Formats: sequence, structure tokens, C-alpha cells
Amino acid sequence: MEITIVTVAFIVFALISLGGAIGVVTCHNLFRGTIWLMVSLFGAAGFFVLLSAPFLAAVQVLVYIGAIAILFTFAVMLTRSISNLKTRFTRLNINIAAAIALFVLLVVGVIGPVFILNPDLQQPVSSVTRTTIDLGEAFARGNSFALPFELASLLLTAAMIGAIVIARESDDEV
Amino acid sequence: MNFLTDPNLQPWLIPVGPLLAFIIITLATNRAKLTPSGDMVYGGFRPPYGNMPIPVATNWSRILSISVGMGGIIMSLLVSWSMVFRAIGDHDFGSKIFGNNIPWLATGTSMLNVGVMVDPLNATLLFMVPLAVLCIFIYSIGYMAADPRQSRFFALISLFAGAMLTLTVSDNLLFLFVGWEVMGLCSYLLIGFWFEKESAYKAAIKAFTTTRVADVIMLLGIVYLYHVTGTLNFREIMYDNNGAMLELLGNTPAILFGSFGFSAASLIGVFLIIGTIGKSAQFPLHVWLPDAMQGPTPVSAMIHAAAMVSAGIYAIIRMYPVFVGAGAFAADPHHGIFTQPLMLMALVGGFTALFAATMAVAQNDVKAVLAYSTISQLGFMMAALGIGAYVAATFHLITHAFFKALLFMASGSVIHAMEHGEHHVHEHAHGDGHGHDDHAPTHANTHEHGAHDHSEVHDAHDHDADHGHAGHAEHGHGEEHAAHDAHTFDPQDMMNMGGLRHKIPVTFYAFMIGGFSLAGFPLITAGFWSKDEILADAWLGATEGFGPHAFVFVMLAIAAFLTAFYTMRQLSLTFFGEARTEEAAHAGLGGPMNIVSQTMQLPLIILAFFAIVAGFAGVPQDFPIFGSIFSSDGSFFFHLVERSVVPLDNIAPTHPPFNIFPVLVSFAVALGGLYLGWVMYGRKPLKAGEPDPLVAILGPSLHQTLARRYYMDDLYTLVFVKPSQAVANFVNVFIDKGVIDGILHGVARVFTWLGDFIKVLNLWLIDGVSDGIPHGIYKVGGWLRGTQTGRIQQYLLAVLIVTVLIGIVLAVSSGALAAPR
Amino acid sequence: MVPLWFYLIVAAALFCIGTFGVLARRNGVAVLMSVELMLNAVNINLVAFWRYLTPEKINGMAFAAFIFVVAAAEAAVGLAIIISVYRNRRSVIPEEADTLRG
Repeated sequence: MEITIVTVAFIVFALISLGGAIGVVTCHNLFRGTIWLMVSLFGAAGFFVLLSAPFLAAVQVLVYIGAIAILFTFAVMLTRSISNLKTRFTRLNINIAAAIALFVLLVVGVIGPVFILNPDLQQPVSSVTRTTIDLGEAFARGNSFALPFELASLLLTAAMIGAIVIARESDDEV
Repeated sequence: MNFLTDPNLQPWLIPVGPLLAFIIITLATNRAKLTPSGDMVYGGFRPPYGNMPIPVATNWSRILSISVGMGGIIMSLLVSWSMVFRAIGDHDFGSKIFGNNIPWLATGTSMLNVGVMVDPLNATLLFMVPLAVLCIFIYSIGYMAADPRQSRFFALISLFAGAMLTLTVSDNLLFLFVGWEVMGLCSYLLIGFWFEKESAYKAAIKAFTTTRVADVIMLLGIVYLYHVTGTLNFREIMYDNNGAMLELLGNTPAILFGSFGFSAASLIGVFLIIGTIGKSAQFPLHVWLPDAMQGPTPVSAMIHAAAMVSAGIYAIIRMYPVFVGAGAFAADPHHGIFTQPLMLMALVGGFTALFAATMAVAQNDVKAVLAYSTISQLGFMMAALGIGAYVAATFHLITHAFFKALLFMASGSVIHAMEHGEHHVHEHAHGDGHGHDDHAPTHANTHEHGAHDHSEVHDAHDHDADHGHAGHAEHGHGEEHAAHDAHTFDPQDMMNMGGLRHKIPVTFYAFMIGGFSLAGFPLITAGFWSKDEILADAWLGATEGFGPHAFVFVMLAIAAFLTAFYTMRQLSLTFFGEARTEEAAHAGLGGPMNIVSQTMQLPLIILAFFAIVAGFAGVPQDFPIFGSIFSSDGSFFFHLVERSVVPLDNIAPTHPPFNIFPVLVSFAVALGGLYLGWVMYGRKPLKAGEPDPLVAILGPSLHQTLARRYYMDDLYTLVFVKPSQAVANFVNVFIDKGVIDGILHGVARVFTWLGDFIKVLNLWLIDGVSDGIPHGIYKVGGWLRGTQTGRIQQYLLAVLIVTVLIGIVLAVSSGALAAPR
Repeated sequence: MVPLWFYLIVAAALFCIGTFGVLARRNGVAVLMSVELMLNAVNINLVAFWRYLTPEKINGMAFAAFIFVVAAAEAAVGLAIIISVYRNRRSVIPEEADTLRG
């Protein structure tokens, strides 16, 4: 296998995302945890770029990192999660074992036989991909994803309202 | 079937009277009323009833019972005397007899007939028995007048009389044995009539068991006789066919001891004689008779004179031909050949006659002397039969019954008189008002005398064993007066008497006549003639050199001497001299005009008459002077009785020719004994407090031995009574309580344990399971609940693990994992 | 291009790390952060499959966009709940939320 720029980029992004993920699950200070989360999400955004889905990469950064991670930051601050935590993990051993078992299962049981050993599924089928324009058209066209689009906005609205209601101070309630 | 006219059927009627009287009195007329026991005495003994109500015969019950009883015996008397006089008048009587029998028991191809008969031997008894029994009945009217159970008494003596008459008229051994046993029962009931007293019921048991031992052996004899001959009828065995059956018995060797020369007849004879030894109180089974004094005096008269002991002698007299035998083992006592039964009778009878006479001289109780004299006289009769003096024995039986019954009833009279004296003494010694206003003579006497019969047996040694309070307590004022006497008063003790001759003259004369008859006072008393006959027979055989005859002669002569001696001793101590105690000084029967003394004295007079006259029926023909007066055609009695046995040479009784020597011996012993007794006791009668001179003569230890009956009672107690009690005790404790109760308790324990075990099983197993299941479920539920921690992360972990596992399973099963290999 | 299975391995690793975080972190916010990681991993997986297997269809990309939406909504509501819980109980430790304990 040749080492092209794509490969190097892949490795970098992989390291970033995995490293960030490990940072998220092992940090004491959750404020730093949110930073690590942002780092991991950046790595994922990089993957999207490599996978010819630039729009998704942008959305990842804007929405995930820009909104959700910030949201997490607020949550961390609001729940005073910075200074507590004497112990980070509950029952470390079994959990690590379970996670590793899952990983091994996935790799050996699924990815391995189906994708690694099958030479037809190694490379992209074609290099012709849909673009952002097609995605926009899909969201607007009635026989495509227009309805899911509307429903998604509805969902977001409901979630927003729900979040507000749930997190409201209770003495305001009538 | 006309009972009234056919003399053959009339004997059936003879026992009917008294037996019917017994049934009627028992079922109908014996009625009692409950009265507080207060001052009731039972023969001088006051049982510990407190003031509890006890049944006492009502007056009309007494009158009715007495009437029925008297009716019964009078009826028997009339029928039997009519038969006797008819029989005597009949010249063929003997070879032809009155009798009747009925087929009774069918045994295979043969039939046992039972019935009644009157033959010459029976006839003599049928003359004596109803008469003596009637006298006793009359005597009982007065004697038991104050006893709470007089009606019952009459019922029992009626039964006794009925049994005796059954035995007398029986024509077979079976009926005889029935009468025999019923008399044994009656002796038990009557000796123990005052059953509250320990000495009385013990004496009753002793009498019954001692005679029972002998009766068993007698039954064996009867059974064996039936086995050999196939019949029990007297005439068939001993008379018919000129004694053919006797030959059969004589020729058959006995089942037991046949090799020792016993023929069947001998063995049967020995067994029957053993029965008589028990019933007639010969050595060694004589021990019951002195204790039989515990019964009321009429009972003593009946048992010891008229009925029971006579029955024993009658039985062996009846079976005499069997004892003598015929055939190969026949005996001829007139010629000195003896069989074993005859030898047994001679030895036992002779020995007992002397043995009992020696004991009689040392007795102080007036009735005990008479008891021993009865044993001695029965010995005379048995010895007489043993040497072949068949008629003499029968004669002595008849005369003895008369004078012995007379003596007993007279002694009862004496005792009543003594108690009357005792009552007087109490009265005067205690002026402290016991409110005894019933001293109107008749009433007091009736009450006191009737209440006082004591049948305490008195031997010198158990004097203190009696409760003299019995005598004192009659006054109903309870406790004893220490002031009165330091020792208890015994109205039967001759040492307490004396001088009664003036107080109770009629009794005195009656006693004297009876006593002299017993002693054999020459020529004018019946006893002399019967005793003389026995001695004459014995002498005849002794001169011919027969050993048993000589033995019998010597023993009987000495016994006759002692008999006269103790009779005089008894008379002197009781009647002569001065009263030795205050009680005797005041003795008396309350005058001749009250009903009690009349009924008690009439029989004495009747029997006294016969005690003199009866002897003249048997005067030997060749006796000087008297023979020609009374027996010009030969002795009446002899000729009557000799016809009752089969006229075989060895059996038929013979009349010894007159020999002066035995007559002189009879004179000598009788007069000599009476004189010696008078010398010792009568010439200078004993004063109060003087000891018996006999003690000094014999020496205290010998006297004590005689008084203690040669310690035979102690021997029997040691050998028989104590081991029986030990065995009974052992069986009770070890077998009954130990083994049987032990088994029962063991079974109970086993089942209790089983119950407990099942209970535990139930608790643990069944409850355990039925409680354990819910418990287990609860536990499992509790354990499972541990998985519900409520923690999300743990739930998620569980989900992950299961998912991984399912994934592995799917991966493996789909072969995906196997591919790389 | 890198073989497909590279992307898949990475996504699987991310997913497992996220699983570990969900199971083992003692802070509720950290748990939600780990959930975001898991969603992220799914997204990567999805887009990789779209690019390598059916790039001519728009379905893959559209689906990934919708996952963003749902993830955002879920994060918002989840954090609102965490804050509400924090207000009531003063604690965001999932281990202490065992009221349903049986």
C-alpha cells in the first residue's frame, strides 16, 4: 500500500479523533473534557473532508463543536462538575473488559470477515459523488427528503421547548 | 310315683326339706334393715364400722327364717324316722333295701345311675342325724337371737343339714361326694360366719383348704373306682352277686404301686381313707378342727358332732368291703390278714386317738378341749374299722354324735353364763351412768348373750392376742376402762371359771352326763358300751397275736384313760369349787323362764337322754346281766348293721365272745382317769390365781409343747403357707408387675416414641418443605433483587455484555469466525 | 484512498471508547459527552459506507445530516435533564440516582 497524502491525513485525523476521545473519557476536570471533545469532533470533521462530504464537515464544526460542545461547557459549569470527582470510574475493570470485548467482536466478527478479507470492498466504487447542491435539492424536493427535513425542524423545536421547560426553575411553575 | 306311700321313693324326700328351706330363706325371708352399727357385736367382736348403717335382720325376717328352717328339718325328721322304723320292723331288711335310682349320665354305651337308698347302715344314721340337727336348730334360736345375721345363719345351717342328709341317703359315691363337698363349703361359710374377725375368716380358709387337699385325693379314688368297675353304686360294688365286683377290684393290680402289692381295691381304699383323714381331722390333717371353734357354738356342734366329721367316718364305714377286698388280695382282719387300707386306718386312727388326747389335757379353753376330744374319738372309730370292728365303729359313731353335740351345746351355755357374769361385773364396776336401763332381765340377756359368742380360739399362748374389748365393748360406751382390768377377760377360759355348778345347774347336769359318757363311765353311759366293744374286738385280736390289734388296743386304752382324765379336769375346773373370778361369781343364764334359756336348755335335755339310753341298743348278748336284759335276742344294733354288708366270710362282722379282760380294762381306764382328775382338780378345787398343777407335773416345756399342738401349725405355716405366699408375691411383683406391666409399659413407650418421632418428622419434613419452598423463593427473589440496583450504568453494562455474548454466538454459528482458519 | 476498513476500525474504536465512557464515568455530563462520541462514530461509519459503496446516491449524506439533528436535540434535552436533576439532588453522579433500586 502506498503512503499518499490521503493516508497521512487519515492517520493524523484518526489520531486526533481517537486521542480526543480518550481524553474525554479519562479527564478529571470536565472543563478540559469538553475541550477534548471538541478536539475529537475536529478529527471527525477531518474525516468528513476526506470522504468527499465537505458540507458535513462544516456542519460538524458549526453544530457539534460550536453549539453542542458549548452547551456541554455550560452544563459543566452549571453543575459544578469541575471540582468534584474523587474517583473517575465506576468499576473500571469490567467496563474496560466489556468495551474491549465489544471492539474485538466488532473487528473480528464483523469488519474482519466482511470487509477486510473481501478485496471488492476495499476501494470506493466510483469517484463520482453527490455534492452539497444535490443535498440541498434533496432537502427541498418533495419526493425526496423534504418531509424528513420538516420533521427534523419540528423535532428541534420540540426539543428546544422541552429543554427550556425541563431546565426551568420550578418556583416559576404555575 | 307316689312319694307318700312308696317307701322306695321316700328317701328322695329326706334331703329336700332343709335344701328347700335354704333356698326359701336365701331368696325370700332373709331381709335386713339398715341400722347404725352402734353397739352391734358379731360374736363378741366389734368390727370397726364406726356408726355406719349396716344390715340387721328384722324381727319378722328372723321369725320367718326360723320357721322355715325348723319346718325343713322337722319334715326330714318325720320322713327319715318313718323310714327307719319301717325298716327296723322288716326282717328281710338288709338283703332287700329301700331305694330308687334314675339314669343320669349317659357315657357312651353305659349309663351312670344315681339315686337314693336306705339300708341298715343308713338307717342308723338317719335316726341320729335329723335328731341331732333338730336339737342344734332349736339351740340356735336362742343362741343367735341377738346376732344381726340370724336369718342367714339359719339358711346356712339348713344347707349344711341338707348336704349331710344327701350324703347319708345317697346310693352312689357321686352323690356322697356332692354332699361331702357342699358340707365343705358350708363349713367355710359357717366357721367364717363372723367374717369381720380376722381369726374367724382365717380359720374358715384353713378348714376349707385342708379338707380340700384331702378331697382331691378322694376324688382320684372315686374316679379310679369308676374306671375299674364302671359303676359308682354302693350295692353294685359291694353287695350284688355275692361281691363279684369286689373280686374284680381285688384282683386288678393298681395303676400306681401295683408292683408293691397294691390291688386296685387297696389303692382306692387308701385314697378314700385320705379323704376321711381330711374330713374327719385325723393326723396329719387335723389342724383345721381346733381352729373351727371360731364359728358359733351350734356350728361347732354340727361340724364336730352330728354332721361333718360323722360324714367322714360314715364314708369309710360304707366302703369297708372294698378295703377288705375279695379275691387274690383279700384280707381277713379277724384272722390277722390285713390289706394296706386297713393297716392305714389302724395306724392313723390309733395314733391320732392318743395324739389328740395328749393335747387335750393341756388346753384351757373349754371348747378346745372338746375339739381335741372329737379328734381323739374319731381316731377311735377309724382304728376300730381298721381292725375289722365294723359294727363297733358304727356304734361309736352314733353314740359319739349324741354326747359330743350335748357337750358342745352345754359349753355354749357355760360361755353364755360367763358373759352374763362379765356384764354384771362391768355394770357394777362402772357406776358412771352409761344409762344402761335395759337391764330388764330378758332383754338384757338376749342382747348380751346373743351378742357374745366367741369363737376366739384360745390356746394358752395367744391369750393376749384377743381383744377382750370385744367382751367389754358390748356396752356401747366405747373405750376401755383401764381401771377395771389390766388384762382382757376371756369368758371361755376355764381358769376363769369355777363354782358354776350352783349357778347353772341344768347345764351342769347335762355337761356331767355328756362328760361321763365321753369318758365311758361304766355301764350306765352310752359311751361305755361303744368303747367297750371296740376294746373287746381289739383284745381278741391281740390275744391271737395280731400286731395291729395289739397296737390299737394299747393306744386306745391309754387314750381312753386320758379322755376320762381331761373330762374330769374340765368338769372340775368349770363347775366345782368356788368361782375364781368375779365374772364367774355372777354367772348365770338369767333364770329358767326366758325364751333364750329355754331354747338352749331343751336340746340339752333331749340329748342327755340319748347319751345315756342309746348305749343300750348295742349291749353284747353275752354280757353278764345287762346282756340278758337288753339283748336277749342278740345285740339289736349288731344284728341291724351286720345286714348291710355282703355276707362273705372275711367281710362279715363277727361278734367277739365275751371276755372279762377288756371289760375290766374299760372299767379301769374310765374310773381311773376320772379319779385321777378328781384328785388333781376336784378334791381341792383350784383357787383363784393358782397355777394348773399339770404344768408342774409335766414340766413347763412339755406342757407348752402340748399346748402349742406339738408345733404342727407352725410347721405347716413354715412349709406350706410361707412358700405359697412367697410364690404369690413373686408372681405378683415379678411376673404381673414386672413382666406383664413391663410389656404394657414398654409398648406404651414404643408408641409414644413413635408418635413423637412422627411429630418431629412432620415438623421438620413436611413443615420444612412447605415452609422451605416459600422461604427459598423469598431468598432467591431477594438474591435476584440485588441486580436491581437502580443504577443506569450497571444496566447498560449488562446490556452490553449480553449483546457481546449474543454477537459471539452469532458470529461463531454463522461461520464467520471460522473463515480465517 | 484508504481501504474502507480503516475507517471502520477507527469508527469501531471510537464507539468502544464512547461505550467505556458511558459505562464507567461517574459524572452525568461526562456520560453525555461519551454518548456524543458514540454518535460521532456512527456518523463516520455511515459517511464512509456512503462514500465507498453508494456515492451516487444522496441517502447517506442526508442520513448523516439527520443524525446531526437528532444528536443536537438529544444533547439539549439530556443536558436540561441533568441540570434539573442537579437542581433537585445537588449531584450529577449516575451511581447515586438509584431511586428505582429494588
